[in-house]
Amino acid sequence: MLYRENGQFKTTYQADQQIFPIAQDRWGVLLLIAFAFVGVPFLVDEYMFRAILIPFLILSLASLGVNLLVGYCGQITLGAGAFMAVGAYAGYNFLIRVPEMPVLGAILLGGATAAAVGIVFGVPSLRVRGLYLAVATLAAQFFWDWAFLRIKWFTNDSPSGNVSVSNLNVMGFEISSPLSKYIFCLSVLVVFGLAAKNMVRATIGRQWMAIRDMDVAAAVIGIRPMYAKLTAFAVSSFYVGVAGALWGFVHLGSWEPAAFSVDRSFQLLFMVIIGGLGSIMGSFFGAAFIVILPIFLNQFLPVLGALFGMEISTATVSHAEITIFGALIVFFLIVEPHGLARLWSTGKEKLRLWPFPH
Amino acid sequence: MSGRKIGDVILDLKNISLSFGGVKALTDISFDVREHEVRAIIGPNGAGKSSMLNVINGVYHPQEGEIIFRGQHRRDMDTHEAAEQGIARTFQNIALFKGMSVLDNIMTGRNLRMKSNLFLQALWIGPAQREELEHRKKVEEIIDFLEIQHIRKTPVGRLPYGLQKRVDLARALAMEPEVLLLDEPMAGMNVEEKQDMCRFILDVNDQFGTTIVLIEHDMGVVMDISDRVVVLDYGKKIGDGVPDEVRANPEVISAYLGASH
Amino acid sequence: MSFFIETLLGGLMTGMLYALVALGFVLIYKASGVFNFAQGAMVLFAALAMARFSEWIPGWLGIESLFLANLIAIVLTVVVMFVVAWLVERLALRHLVNQNEATLLMATLGITYVLDGVGQTIFGSDIYKIDVGMPKDPVIMLESMFEGGVLINKEDFIAAAIAAILVAALTLFFQKTPTGRALRAVADDHQAALSVGIPLDRIWVIVWCVAGITALVAGIIWGSKLGVQFSLSTVALRALPVVILGGLTSVPGAIIGGLIIGVGEKLSEVYLGHYVGGGIEIWFAYMLALVFLLFRPQGLFGEKIIDRV
Repeated sequence: MLYRENGQFKTTYQADQQIFPIAQDRWGVLLLIAFAFVGVPFLVDEYMFRAILIPFLILSLASLGVNLLVGYCGQITLGAGAFMAVGAYAGYNFLIRVPEMPVLGAILLGGATAAAVGIVFGVPSLRVRGLYLAVATLAAQFFWDWAFLRIKWFTNDSPSGNVSVSNLNVMGFEISSPLSKYIFCLSVLVVFGLAAKNMVRATIGRQWMAIRDMDVAAAVIGIRPMYAKLTAFAVSSFYVGVAGALWGFVHLGSWEPAAFSVDRSFQLLFMVIIGGLGSIMGSFFGAAFIVILPIFLNQFLPVLGALFGMEISTATVSHAEITIFGALIVFFLIVEPHGLARLWSTGKEKLRLWPFPH
Repeated sequence: MSGRKIGDVILDLKNISLSFGGVKALTDISFDVREHEVRAIIGPNGAGKSSMLNVINGVYHPQEGEIIFRGQHRRDMDTHEAAEQGIARTFQNIALFKGMSVLDNIMTGRNLRMKSNLFLQALWIGPAQREELEHRKKVEEIIDFLEIQHIRKTPVGRLPYGLQKRVDLARALAMEPEVLLLDEPMAGMNVEEKQDMCRFILDVNDQFGTTIVLIEHDMGVVMDISDRVVVLDYGKKIGDGVPDEVRANPEVISAYLGASH
Repeated sequence: MSFFIETLLGGLMTGMLYALVALGFVLIYKASGVFNFAQGAMVLFAALAMARFSEWIPGWLGIESLFLANLIAIVLTVVVMFVVAWLVERLALRHLVNQNEATLLMATLGITYVLDGVGQTIFGSDIYKIDVGMPKDPVIMLESMFEGGVLINKEDFIAAAIAAILVAALTLFFQKTPTGRALRAVADDHQAALSVGIPLDRIWVIVWCVAGITALVAGIIWGSKLGVQFSLSTVALRALPVVILGGLTSVPGAIIGGLIIGVGEKLSEVYLGHYVGGGIEIWFAYMLALVFLLFRPQGLFGEKIIDRV
């Protein structure tokens, strides 16, 4: 079947407002999700789950959150890592301090706490933007870095903020094997991804984008900048916070504040730039890219070195990694500021006309 | 003109003065706008026309004066309040949301009327979904009215200038405003586009009874379509009245011909 | 009391170093409207180059004299920084003219990573030391005013003097030279500057060179005090609140902002720190800048931003 929308006539606005108005897209995505749930578990080994798929799913969730704020609402953040930390540590506290607290509840409450903190640190966005706002979000980063290291109550008096959770149990299922972790994260991501897509096509999403594109005009048609910006901060931080809780609970199991350092914040920002600002799809592309690149370089560079008879050390690989990383960021900003998502949609556009491009 | 009937004063501006730092943009300006009329503000560049509109919908806050809208006295307007009270606005340098499609741009004009909460929107169920459809219908009416059906899904950044101006108008109309402020709606258009725009403005005024406050440089257009004209020069009011009066006003003539400067 | 004065002076000295880094930020921002996040990476890069060159040169050229080796190392490092500036302009900035502020900021974040990676690949990633013969011995001052006097490092004095000279030179450069004027024109409006015939690309290279030199000065002072290592790169993050406080476009702002942050950090750490577990310096600086931002978004000496509709 060719990729065509010919003959798919929409007779209601409802049909026209679907998430994927083209039938092939709709089926494609459904198939992909079904495959992720049913097919993937048969195809990959434990290493793949642990090193690639689970980090990819969780970072996708975080990158979705960052994209809602940066890509859709135009509010730059360099403090996303801090909100992951807040999600993780708040979730941890809910889990150990509230008797009978279910794991899923703790994770969501962790997200909710991150949302509340996000609102507080979003307040400067009402006065400043761009670079100045970036600095304000860095303030959040350094404050929380410090708080989880030094305020003992947050980490239940454990030294250097190192905490761990075990025996995860979600609605009767034990989350301990890589497969169960994968399925759990995938389910969360599907729900959150759908919700994000819904928000950006609803009035709240339009308000965010209006603020991003032309804030004065947005105010003139009655959008409250305060409401739009703070909801963006709240929703974004909620996503990022849940991702943080998952990262701690499910991926790491035990963690310390360094897991959510300023480097993590930059990494999340890079994901949305490379993936595509203002694109849900792009958030996934960006996360995939950033998870896979280091693994690829680790495998590939020594091989390349051996080809030229050079010994390549791990330090060199890690330096090469950050170099390539930085170069790619600059490259994307210059060549395709809309990221991988734009390449994807350009490709689809071509496909729609193929094989008669005119 | 047609069957519309000009009513009482709906918007009354009294002794408005506005300055930025030490620079006076507006000095002691008073004029009123009646319901259903087309009121033009004219004047040379830098006369303070756009500042005047910005005062009316609360982007700028005058240091002195009073704004009376629908009988309510105010020191100044707030943008959100102005929007809620039914004042809409188009911009001189088109201020569309350039990352969004035409349809989405116009839909933003409905935002004040969409009440469903964030959770319902995230889940796309119940009232959120119904609301979305309901307002889409209204927006489609406006799209039909302004004859821009063919560009509905186009990102506004890709449109030619004339069409962008029309989308700007569409977004303002989507608010179903009582008073519509138009900042040079025909600037930079060719004759044909100007004629279209004139027609739309008059139709809006006629069919919806919308009061229109208009800034325009094309004197022919202004004299043709407006009921009353106020003339500004260097932030001061130098003339006010029906087009024929203004045309005959010596001060206005000299401001335009530059004789007295 | 003398303890307080010592803390205060210590803060001022740290502040001076922040000011040097902040100066690099301000220079590039003033002249190109780019907020150069990579300034910290440039400090690291310059310091690494300096440290390694001065180590290698005696071997390469067979020079015994430390002074001569250092001198050649400085010249070489300056050349390297010029090459870096030229490459940055050629490969990145040239293609990003007229992009918005946020895009440029993110691009410099990318450049940061490249410089960190390349710098460590070429020069290594251990801890190195720079020895330009700065006196390390402390002096005791103001003995007549306080019992026991106040303990100060001579090194800090020299550092402060160098910083002051640099600032004076830069101010003159900006205000009095035709190049300085062209730089300010470019900062105001890229296109307008182009239209009156200012060669944008050359201007950018020049300003990045100047920023490279300030990075080298900061790198040498900092490196000879604390050693050269990767953490030097994060000095950008420490100096960020400084520019926010001082205003992005103001050279004196960078200096005064640096001093305020330096002193504020030290005093808060010493007098508040132990109530809350210590280590509050870095976020305290940010919070200070943040609170300030809310009341005066353009900074102490920045130009007020007016939106037009």
